[in-house]
Amino acid sequence: MDQPTADTLTQAPPPDAARQREALRRMLLIRRFEEAAEEAYMRGAIHGTMHLSIGQEASAVGACLDLETGDYITSTHRGHGHCIAKGADVARMFAEFFGRETGYCRGRGGSMHIADIAGGNLGANGIVGGGLPIATGAALAIRQQRRAAVVMCFFGDGAVNEGAFHEALNMAGLWKLPVIFVCENNKYGMSVSTERSMAVPRVAERARAYGMPGVRVDGNDLFAVHRAAGAAIARARAGGGPSLIEAETYRLRGHSRSDRNRYRSKEEIEHWRGLDPIPRLERAMRDAGVLDAAGIAALRAEVEAEIAAAIAFAEGSPVPDPGEVTRDVYEGGIAA
Amino acid sequence: MNAIVSIDTGPEGAACRDISYADAIHEALRSALEADERVFLLGEDIGVYGGAFQVTRDLVHRFGEGRVIDTPIAELGAAGVAVGAALAGSRPVLEFQFSDFATLAMEQIVNQAAKLRYMLGGNASVPLVIRMPAGAGTGAAAQHSQSLEAWFAHVPGLKVVQPATPHDAKGLLLAAIDDPDPVVIFEHKLLYKTTGPVPAEAYRVPIGKAAIRRPGRDITIVATGIMVHRALEAAERLAGRGHDAEVIDLRSLRPLDTATLIDSVTRTTRLLCVHESVKMLGIGAEISAAIAESAAFDRLDAPIRRLGGADCPIPYAPGLERAAVPQVEDIEAAAARLIERGE
Ligand SMILES: Cc1ncc(C[n+]2csc(CCOP(=O)(O)OP(=O)(O)O)c2C)c(N)n1
Ligand SMILES: [Mg+2]
Repeated sequence: MDQPTADTLTQAPPPDAARQREALRRMLLIRRFEEAAEEAYMRGAIHGTMHLSIGQEASAVGACLDLETGDYITSTHRGHGHCIAKGADVARMFAEFFGRETGYCRGRGGSMHIADIAGGNLGANGIVGGGLPIATGAALAIRQQRRAAVVMCFFGDGAVNEGAFHEALNMAGLWKLPVIFVCENNKYGMSVSTERSMAVPRVAERARAYGMPGVRVDGNDLFAVHRAAGAAIARARAGGGPSLIEAETYRLRGHSRSDRNRYRSKEEIEHWRGLDPIPRLERAMRDAGVLDAAGIAALRAEVEAEIAAAIAFAEGSPVPDPGEVTRDVYEGGIAA
Repeated sequence: MNAIVSIDTGPEGAACRDISYADAIHEALRSALEADERVFLLGEDIGVYGGAFQVTRDLVHRFGEGRVIDTPIAELGAAGVAVGAALAGSRPVLEFQFSDFATLAMEQIVNQAAKLRYMLGGNASVPLVIRMPAGAGTGAAAQHSQSLEAWFAHVPGLKVVQPATPHDAKGLLLAAIDDPDPVVIFEHKLLYKTTGPVPAEAYRVPIGKAAIRRPGRDITIVATGIMVHRALEAAERLAGRGHDAEVIDLRSLRPLDTATLIDSVTRTTRLLCVHESVKMLGIGAEISAAIAESAAFDRLDAPIRRLGGADCPIPYAPGLERAAVPQVEDIEAAAARLIERGE
């Protein structure tokens, strides 16, 4: 069998002006959603912890831009961006974070389990690598039911060292399933750098072991991510099988709310702040004459209003009744 | 969270300082690393990050990356590496970042570590220590809040302890490191910042011995981990109602100190078991059965009662999360009912 090569994944045509505008809108929405969630956490309106993807918006949005209703994603603990990129309603997301009955998981899951089953988001995951075999399984179901859909599976660089990564990619490659594996390589799994955790430097190289094409792209460049993801989606939809995309990016915030950033330097963080995908996309769109400064300002105002309305909705929503704590363990009630 | 009642368990006359539960574990690890060069730590983010709960803090600077090893995120592999190293003469102390992730490593823990000595005719030893931050109350939801100690206590070949105080956290950990067999330690996350008296020197708390934290005449409340503190607070409230509760800190699930339990229930004639792990098939069921099978059964003046986690995963919303595990008022109400109404 011919080994598929990275070239297979570089050919998707660029999004048109309207879709570029939509991509920017989603990236801004993710950024403002997370900044507002962080602020709500700080004032005590949200409990627990949360993992922000600030700085990684291009990989989430670029990977999801060519997805359609009926396609699935699986996500991670750092999953707010994936959820919004797949089209979720930020009001119901805030409601979930605030622990309200109107949230996507009726307040049972919180940030780490944000999901939108009806919208095709099979869920964030508290378990590193947990979503990988689930994505392969969803792709198997798509095949069994002869649907044209695909699965977009997000995971971090840390997850590639779990057995689940290897088992999931092997089965997907073996059975040529319609799934796209997107590794958001942000250089660290919590405090441990990829240099200190991976025996080979590139995640994309591992694709060879599972009979699928692998490509590494600039994950902070919306167009680069979209080019590879669009090609992989088209390939999967046409029955060509799975692909692996490694999107190089960086999380500008700490791992979680309790991170003291002892394992990386201020200079490194500043360097990556200069590569922030949002100003990069805005600049590219302005230079190409797709959107002028006034257009960008209007888009930002639109996003701002959506965030404010979403928070108001969440804050006005009821909290769950503690008497219902054992509801939904099983369909139709309680077994024991 | 309810206030933590301080329990003075320091040995007579020893120089004790009040330090936190996390610091007590840190101190035990440090003294074991100093005392025995076969001892090493492995886990996720235990080096410069200091562990998710800052238990291992500066140990990597003191002992180097060869003895405080940051593993990749690979729980099954790390557990297997620890088993192999233990088999070959090292003394690994493995930290799971959250006990929930031990589910990824059950193969090595249950099929390998627990069984090797027996399967190999007594010729092999797996002196492995596994530390498990566990429990609800932090808003971390269903995959980061479980209490799975009963799973491990069900496996012959493992020992399972659950320290409730800084004193026991240090003493049980040092005993576990000395132990020639695998010992699993459940540390409740809400306890890390609680403080109590801890002797400065190294000492051991015997594995398999329960501790009576509060002697009483009317009822025996057997509790584990954080529930010991809630039971003590409930006992204070019960005292205000004229009831004298005995509170036993189980400390060790396997081996189980049935002698102390039987003796206590024989005196008090009532038993209430309290744990955070799901009630169904929890350690309370084993304790209840041990009492029912013993001579203490004839002395009972009321049915045995158990309080445990609700029959559901731990939910995220604060009100739900609180409702999912026993609280002080639940313990007080259950004990009062047993004493006042015999039910
Ligand atoms: C099985 C498992 N092990 C460990 C953790 C704790 N943990 C949560 S996120 C994380 C780092 C994950 O790194 P990566 O996959 O690179 O994703 P990133 O956080 O960088 O987005 C760790 C160690 C977990 N949630 N699940
Ligand atoms: Mg990472």
